[in-house]
Amino acid sequence: MSAGANQPEFSPNTFTMDGIEIPFKDGQTLMDAALAAGVYIPHLCHHPGLTPHGSCKLCMVDIGSGRASSCTTPAVAGQQVSNNTPALNEARRTLTQMLFIEGNHLCPSCEKTGNCTLQAMAYHLGMLEGHFPQFFQRREVDASHSTVMLDRDRCILCELCVRASREVDGKNVFAVAGRGITARLIVNSPSGKLADSDLEIDDLAAHICPVGAILIKAHAYEIPIGWRTFDLRQIDEIGPEKVIQARVGHTDD
Amino acid sequence: MTKIRIATTSLAGCFGCHTSFLDMDERLVELLEHVEFDRSPLNDIKHCGPCDIGLVEGGLCNADNVHVLREVRANCRVLVAVGACAINGGIPAMRNHFGLGACLEESYLNGIGVEDPQIPDDAELPLLLDKVHPIHEVVRVDYYLPGCPPSPEGFLSVLGDLLEGREPVLPKKLLHYD
Ligand code: SF4
Ligand code: SF4
Ligand code: FES
Repeated sequence: MSAGANQPEFSPNTFTMDGIEIPFKDGQTLMDAALAAGVYIPHLCHHPGLTPHGSCKLCMVDIGSGRASSCTTPAVAGQQVSNNTPALNEARRTLTQMLFIEGNHLCPSCEKTGNCTLQAMAYHLGMLEGHFPQFFQRREVDASHSTVMLDRDRCILCELCVRASREVDGKNVFAVAGRGITARLIVNSPSGKLADSDLEIDDLAAHICPVGAILIKAHAYEIPIGWRTFDLRQIDEIGPEKVIQARVGHTDD
Repeated sequence: MTKIRIATTSLAGCFGCHTSFLDMDERLVELLEHVEFDRSPLNDIKHCGPCDIGLVEGGLCNADNVHVLREVRANCRVLVAVGACAINGGIPAMRNHFGLGACLEESYLNGIGVEDPQIPDDAELPLLLDKVHPIHEVVRVDYYLPGCPPSPEGFLSVLGDLLEGREPVLPKKLLHYD
């Protein structure tokens, strides 16, 4: 490919990821451009349309000699990005192991199993075990709400529910309080309980949780274990819509 | 041809992994042409001699589990943690949310339907650990076979690799935690 003397060597508004040319619109992040092009970058705290949070670091990519979160990094024409490399996937696996051992992720007893993005990520990265000593933290369960259940044991503090409530539902039901190991999801209500918040079953915040921390009551086992989204397909094989459907618990194939 | 010698044990587990192992049905007959069993609940041999492979189901909930695990580790060249409980404590680790005293009281004094309430303290009973632990927190583990239980195909995959002298690599379609 030889470009004319005054021409850039790349097409305008594309960058290259793992050798594939990906188009982007001005202002788009690497993540959103990749998702739009159907290219999978592992991610847990990102949801198209919500303000990027940049906290889980699963989406890190190598750009030249640097490493950055693709969900917060604007795409630049001609960038050379590496995503699916053994070194990055190894680092992602370690981060995923830390998420597992920090919370209480006993998948066989979890309603979300098979539809859980964290679990699917672990499968995708070939994680066989947690590697680090388990924290076995005791965290509070809030079953006070009539239709929505909050089990903080499985919360990975991705703040998707926090952002969905503020940015889409026009409410402010959730927040993360504390720092480091004391960081925890809190409910903005006088009692701190979900029942006293204005969360409703149709809110995006009630459905967006990627793990089994926010669950809709009484619908857990409509699809049997073994037939759920990530029982049938790997997370990188399905588009973002299906990952989101899995969150909400629908599996239509 | 000398056969590969395998020990198996179920610690704080439910024997579900062993049951799933037996679920390989007639494939077991072919497997037995290549392997023989040392200590295992399947043959009721109680102590472990020198072995090539140890398959450990279940985590550690009492002192006897730790004792058995150490004996199996000391005698097996390759130790495989089998199933969710061996790998992260699994369902028995749900008691880690509560103090040991509270667990005993709920089970033996205040639980629904308890008759003649008393906490068992016979000297023959192994002492309970404060918390349920995965086995890699106590001994070195060489390979992991997740699942609750792992499928018979999962067992065959890991054992097949080991029998052929390969590093076990679990195919993605056999990797599940539930
Ligand atoms: S939230 Fe996901 S990873 Fe955690 S226990 Fe449930 S299924 Fe497993
Ligand atoms: S409850 Fe779910 S969506 Fe909210 S921060 Fe925790 S893991 Fe994320
Ligand atoms: S998806 Fe980018 S940091 Fe979480």
